[in-house]
Formats: sequence, C-alpha cells, structure tokens
Amino acid sequence: MDLDVDGKRVFAYTGGRRFDPGLPCVVFVHGAEIDHFVWLLQSRYLAHHGYAVLAVDLPGHGRSEGPPLARIEAIADWLPALLDAARIERAHLVGHSMGSLAVLECAARHPGRVASIALLGAAFPMRVSQELLDATRVDEPAAHDMINIWSHGAYAHYPSNPGPGFWVIGENLRLMQRQRPGVLHVDFAACNDYAGGLEAAARVRCPALVLVARRDAMTPGRAAQALIQAVQGARVVEIAASGHAMMAEKPDEVLDALRAFLAQAGAAG
Amino acid sequence: MAAPKYLHLDTLSLHAGQLPDPTTGARAVPIFQSTSFVFRDTDHAAALFNMERAGHVYSRISNPTNAVLEERMAALEGGVGAIATASGQAALHLAIVTLMGAGGHIVASRALYGGSHNLLAYTLPRFGIETTFVAPRELDAWRAAIRPGTRLLFGETLGNPGLDVLDVPAVAEIAHAHKLPLLVDSTFTTPYLMRPFDLGADLVFHSATKFLCGHGTAVAGVLVDGGTFDWEAAGRFPELTEPYAGFHGMDFQEESTIAAFLLRARREGLRDFGACMSPTTAWIVLQGVETLPLRMQRHVDNTRKVVEFLAAHPAVAAVSYPELPEHPDHALAQRLLPRGCGAVFSFEIKGGRPAGRRFIETLRVFSHLANVGDAKSLVIHPATTTHFRMDDAALAAAGIGPGTVRLSIGLEAPEDLIDDLAAALRASQKA
Repeated sequence: MDLDVDGKRVFAYTGGRRFDPGLPCVVFVHGAEIDHFVWLLQSRYLAHHGYAVLAVDLPGHGRSEGPPLARIEAIADWLPALLDAARIERAHLVGHSMGSLAVLECAARHPGRVASIALLGAAFPMRVSQELLDATRVDEPAAHDMINIWSHGAYAHYPSNPGPGFWVIGENLRLMQRQRPGVLHVDFAACNDYAGGLEAAARVRCPALVLVARRDAMTPGRAAQALIQAVQGARVVEIAASGHAMMAEKPDEVLDALRAFLAQAGAAG
Repeated sequence: MAAPKYLHLDTLSLHAGQLPDPTTGARAVPIFQSTSFVFRDTDHAAALFNMERAGHVYSRISNPTNAVLEERMAALEGGVGAIATASGQAALHLAIVTLMGAGGHIVASRALYGGSHNLLAYTLPRFGIETTFVAPRELDAWRAAIRPGTRLLFGETLGNPGLDVLDVPAVAEIAHAHKLPLLVDSTFTTPYLMRPFDLGADLVFHSATKFLCGHGTAVAGVLVDGGTFDWEAAGRFPELTEPYAGFHGMDFQEESTIAAFLLRARREGLRDFGACMSPTTAWIVLQGVETLPLRMQRHVDNTRKVVEFLAAHPAVAAVSYPELPEHPDHALAQRLLPRGCGAVFSFEIKGGRPAGRRFIETLRVFSHLANVGDAKSLVIHPATTTHFRMDDAALAAAGIGPGTVRLSIGLEAPEDLIDDLAAALRASQKA
C-alpha cells in the first residue's frame, strides 16, 4: 500500500493482505540498493499468520519517492514517521544489512516505538572497502557485480526464492539494477559513515535477535561480534551455508528464526 | 580482497542450480519421478499453496529435477529464472498467453520455424490474438507494424531456415521505445553463442529438444525471463500489474519487483494449460546442458569445415551461412555471434527438386528427418516438411527455395561428413 510519510509517497508491501493496524506490526527494512522484494516470503508468511506487515521501500528505493536518506540516523528517525502514517504505535523492526543499522539506531532513539529488533547481516563498523565505495560512485555496474558475488554463498538454492525455477544470483543483480542511479553510493556511504553502532547497541532495551550467515562475505560473522556483545541479551542464530543474502538463500531458516523470536518477543512485550 | 568473479559458462553448465543431494549425497542430479511431495504439516501445506514458503507441491507446477534445469538455464542466459515446458512450442505459447488475451497483437519476424509460424498465423487468431509478420532486417517494418494492441515483438536469433541474424539490439530498442518486450527464440544459438539478455532482449525461449538436449532424445522447452522489463512502467500488462482473482488477488508486480512474469506464468499458464516437462525429460536435457559448451564448439568447428567444402563445390549454387561474406547479415553476425553462427544452415543444390531428392537419398552418414541440433548430422528438405503449410510466396518470403536443403551438422569426424556430402553431390548431378 502507499503511505504518505513526510509529504512523500512511500510504498510498503503488506504481505498480500489488507493492512490491519490492530494486529502486532512487523516492519521489514531492506538493505542498500534493493527494495521490499527481498522479504517476499517472510513478510507474506507473517502477514497470513497474525501480523500486520510493512515491507517498506525506503525513500528513493523501489516504488517510494526519493531522495534516499543519506545517514543511518535519518532512516532511524524516518521509521517512526512511517509508523505514524500507518497508525502504528509500536512495531517489531526487522532489518537487513543497512536496514539492520537503521533498526538498531531506531531502537536506541525511539524505544517507545520499537517492540523488538531483528538484525540480519549486521556488522559494526560496516566499513565498505575503498575499491567498492569508489565503484558505487563512478561505476555502478562494477559495484553491482562485486556486491552480487560477495552476497551469495552458493550457486544453487533449494527450494530457491521466491520459488522453484528462480536463479537467486540473477534476481539480486536485476533488483539492484532496477534502483535509481545514485542510490547505491548514498546507501553505501551511509553504512560506511555510521559511527554510533556500539552506543546505540548499549541503549537497546527491547528483545533483540541477530542472524549471522556463516558464509557472509559482505558482513562476516566476526564483524557482528561487537554488536552482539553490546546488545543486552541478544539472541544469536547462525544460518548455515548462506551468504549475506540469507533471506533469498535460506528463506525457510530465516523465517523460522523470525517466527520463534517474534512469538517470544510478543509474549514478553 | 581478490577481485570478485562470476563462474564461467562452462562451470555454470555443470553446477548452477544443483548441490549434492542433501539426503543421499548423490552428486549427479537425481530424477525426482514423483507427482507430488509430502507436506510437513497443515501449516506447511497452506504456506506452500499460498506462496508464503517456497517448495514443491505437484509436478505440473514444479519439480526438483525440473528446478535444476530451470535455474541452470537462467544462470546460463543471465536471467532471473526459467520455466521448463513440454516442448519449445509450449514455451512460446506460455510466453504469449502470460502477456495477452483476445485482442492482443504480436509483431513477429517472418523468418520463423514453421511450427511457430503455424501457431501465430493460424491457431492464435482463433483465440483473438493476431500477428503481423515483418522481414526481420527491415527495422522500419517492425516500427510500422506496432499498433495500440501490440503486446510483444518476437523473432529468432537465427531465423529458420535462412539464418537471418536478428538484430537483437536494434529490435529491442524499437520494442522498448514503444514500452514493449522483445521475446527471442534462441534455439539455434544457445547461450554458448549468444546471450540475448546482454543484447537487450527481455524474454528468451528454447526448443530444448535441439542443442540443449543435444542428442535427439527428448522433446522439451524452456522459457527464461531476463527480469529487465518494467511491466508497470509499460502500463499495458494488467495480467502482471493488477490483482489476479485466480491467485488470491495477487498483484504479481507489486509482490515481486523483478519476478512478476515468471510467477504469473507458473501460477496461471503452467497450472492451467498444463504443458509441463516430465522430470525424466529434465534430467535428459540436463545431461546435454552439462556438455553444451564442448558440443557447441565442436558443432561450430565442424560446420565451418562443411560450409567451406560446400561453398567451393561445383554442384552447389549457394550456401547460406552468416560467416560467409556474401550472407546479407555477415557484418551483423560478426558483431553479435563472434563464437560462431551455429550448426544449422541451408544450401541450394543445382538441379532443383530432382537433384535434391537424389542428394538426400544418397547420403549415408546424414539422417533424413525433421529435427536439428542432434549430436548426429541431419538433413531435410524444408519445402516438403517443416514449411509444407506455406505457399510458394510465403516460402520465398522466408528465404526458402524448392531446391533448398537444410543441414544440421553433428559431432562426427568432419572428414566423414564431407566424404558423405561429396558422394551425394556427385549422385545428385547424374541425370
């Protein structure tokens, strides 16, 4: 559905069901240079199992109007405005990669609006190699190839995503190519420049889940350790045989981890 | 950090879409010859039916062996996914009916496989879908044929049987300027010789019966989506951009930024028309795909030797192969097909129909049959077989004469093929 956030049209996929603000709400926040499509299976399942779902296209991404938000803190402050537009007081936030930093910062800044956080493919600091950062600015196709290759742990996926017959690596490349020119560098610079991760992690008081993919070459598991240590009571689940794009490479494992966590977080909160 | 690299085509041909079987450890792709697949519980069943989880339900819709072939073909073509079908004709039909219904219109190259021509010219009009045929080299004709109801442009990478090279970048540009997708039949080239998505095409299909399978052992098709076409921006594909009552009101484009076409094709076309591939067929085609790069290079190497022999033979009036300088698409072929122009071509034998008959009946290594893309060399006379429904004018428009002989060059020793052809050509010229 389309929402008006700060005067701009924002698209949020509601999982194939009419959005009901009376249900517990889960907001999915995607990573750099992609959109809501990466959450298709997980968001669709939860929407049909008792949750109100917003798999949002961040400003400037997918179907949402731009420009993209240039700092992680800005995305963190934008998420409550999204909740306002959807008439949601408090939501579970699920973020991947860049989105994981945004939901972490949001939980620290706006604790009253966040019921729990799930961080997928998180790292702090989320440093981007100079070669890749330069490519995001001057050679997007080269940057897309680097990101695509480093984001996947296998050349075959069972049962693939969003279903049999899809080539996950090809999908991810096309999804990046669909985003508007310039968005890639804004996103990667935001990740690279974000400095408040440990302070934000220390301020998190809601239930937290960290999903670490064993073959993640973009945000390796060791790069998430400082965050895991800093978030009080963080629950950690390892996704085996997957790279950074774990929602596509291991959709069932990611969903099952989220389901179990949300059930527990919902009962606690 | 080392520079990232994608796997090469040769490696993808063997590995894309398949890991050792997690249950048995089988390294080769198993044949999952099962119509249906057990649900873990009722919630799992409901989630599979409602596309909340990925998995297999019933083999008309998807099957694990077929999925390996589909993902491998998508990887080889550089697409986002694929659907295996009962035949190449089924793949073409699936592409068309996913994009349009009655009132739809197609602009197609005139140089088409006879079966495709039949579907477009005679069968689909019965269902309200019309086609305007154009000479593939006349770019203005493509433009002029587009009308408000047009939903698709369609051609063959190498037109059958005259080997017209489709100027994929130019025709794609015309299509996209009119917010239309370009579908190409890539049967003759395979991803080894051309990757049409890299040149601007949006959808690709193959008769996998031919070079992909490669051994003349299975009838099969595959439809691949490049994931590049923006159906919503085009504003004329409600099948993909508006809620579909046949699948819980799903708006495929809204669900899936780059996967709408294949989701609709599988959830509607494969489900309802039912032209699925059998898992055993998928396995047979996969055996061919694993050696595709090796075979295609040998097909092309052998073809070049045979073409050279025929072009110099006094009993041959003309050879139509785009690598020859006199072919009208020679320059285009050098640009779009640097690895070669395939292994199917035609030539004109001196002496017309009687000479052609003697030629074919003298051959011993070449087999006279209605197929191409086999490991074995094949020969046919299009005017009396694949294109027999066309009248003389339509034949001429497709570049076929009464004495045209089509060869599909196989993997035999090229010396044996040339000896066989030499003997048959000698016989053809005896009154």
